[in-house]
Amino acid sequence: MSLATSVLAGERLAMARLLSQIENDEPGGREALGELFPHTGKAHLVGVTGAPGTGKSSLVNRLAHYYRNPSSGEPQRKIAIVAVDPSSPFTGGAILGDRVRMRDLSGDPGVFIRSMAARGSLGGLAPTTSSMVQVFDAAGFEIILIETVGAGQAEVDIARLAHTTLVVEAPGLGDEIQAIKAGILEIADILVVNKADRPGVENTERALRSMLELAHPTRRVVEHHGAVETININDSGMDSESLWIPPILRTVAIQGDGIPELVQAIADHQAHLETTGERHDRDRARLQAELEQLIQGNLVSRWRQEVSDSQYQEILESLIARQISPHQAVEALLNGGQSA
Amino acid sequence: MSERKIRVLVAKPGLDGHDRGAKVVARALRDAGMEVIYTGLRQTPEMVAEAALQEDVDVIGLSILSGAHMALVPRVLEILAANGQEHVKIFVGGIIPDEDVPRLMEIGVVGVYGPGTLTEDIINDVRQAVVGAPAA
Repeated sequence: MSLATSVLAGERLAMARLLSQIENDEPGGREALGELFPHTGKAHLVGVTGAPGTGKSSLVNRLAHYYRNPSSGEPQRKIAIVAVDPSSPFTGGAILGDRVRMRDLSGDPGVFIRSMAARGSLGGLAPTTSSMVQVFDAAGFEIILIETVGAGQAEVDIARLAHTTLVVEAPGLGDEIQAIKAGILEIADILVVNKADRPGVENTERALRSMLELAHPTRRVVEHHGAVETININDSGMDSESLWIPPILRTVAIQGDGIPELVQAIADHQAHLETTGERHDRDRARLQAELEQLIQGNLVSRWRQEVSDSQYQEILESLIARQISPHQAVEALLNGGQSA
Repeated sequence: MSERKIRVLVAKPGLDGHDRGAKVVARALRDAGMEVIYTGLRQTPEMVAEAALQEDVDVIGLSILSGAHMALVPRVLEILAANGQEHVKIFVGGIIPDEDVPRLMEIGVVGVYGPGTLTEDIINDVRQAVVGAPAA
């Protein structure tokens, strides 16, 4: 039985093995991904990002726990968690510590947690995170929670991968100027103020709210069937249908406060994506981005095979000696190593 | 970037709450370029084995200071075998009386380390155990 078949049959050891093969970019992993890909596209991908120490892992733990033990009347879901932590830029080693906060989920066969090191990637995810997510998707996990590296302001890859992105904040981390900077706050579909039992929660919430008002003006100019129209959100009645204004929710993850409301908000966003067709658009954009990334990677490795190490070193030395500029070096290297 | 990284689970099964040693070892293995999954205190053997399976680690380092190693270590090995993970190399650190070491090695532990062990020795042994082994 092939690895892909075992994964589709729900074998956990096969899944763990395949995830490693994908992470190490082994040929077997690529082959299995090819078999699994037609089975993907069903899971709802929820990204969880935010600064280090805002409580992302604890929140993921509680969310997964709630999905496994929902209030009566709600379905129980199979949950996969992909948790990314940074790799050392010097040794390539990593401490992956997100499981420390996820011990409540141990022993539940409906949960699968996988830790990943970022392995040099700078966008808050690892190079193979999206491929790993495809494995979980194909294996029938209904909700996939993706926790990013503790992110600063520019680690926004998660918004491209996830259907719903939670940006987690905590009181006392920044003022209004932080809130109006571009970057991580802009990618939020849902804003979570965790540790909401701490002092300063009102200030954090107010700063986020003012940022939202700037980002989502009430009047919008849109192009509709080729004609430019102005929509006044407040009296056109279109607000709930076409526009998603990120809600701001308070949680205390370690106590479980606010989790049912957060799960509801995720479900609302999911429904919004379906009814507006945005889910399809996001999937399309994500797959296109992935395609382009893969093309780049493949072109680079193909080119590396064509240029010998000695040619490369020679041109590098001329560059260091300032005989040629970086652009000239690139040109020379792309011309099969001939000096320009 | 696609080079094979050694993945290690550092776990503290049992009830003692002293994790300094485990953290020092985790840090040393990280600095040696390995990916270390750290799971924290008070893990049951079932939790350790489950984490090892999901994370597909090459090595498990168990830190035990409680004296319960002769109960905990065989149990971890038993569950690993039941899960089809016999290939995972087990290292034990902590307060392990000399007379227990041969018995632990006999049931399949690769190395046992007491206080004062150089992290360098642990790193070398882990590397040898993983890289020296035939590919799975």
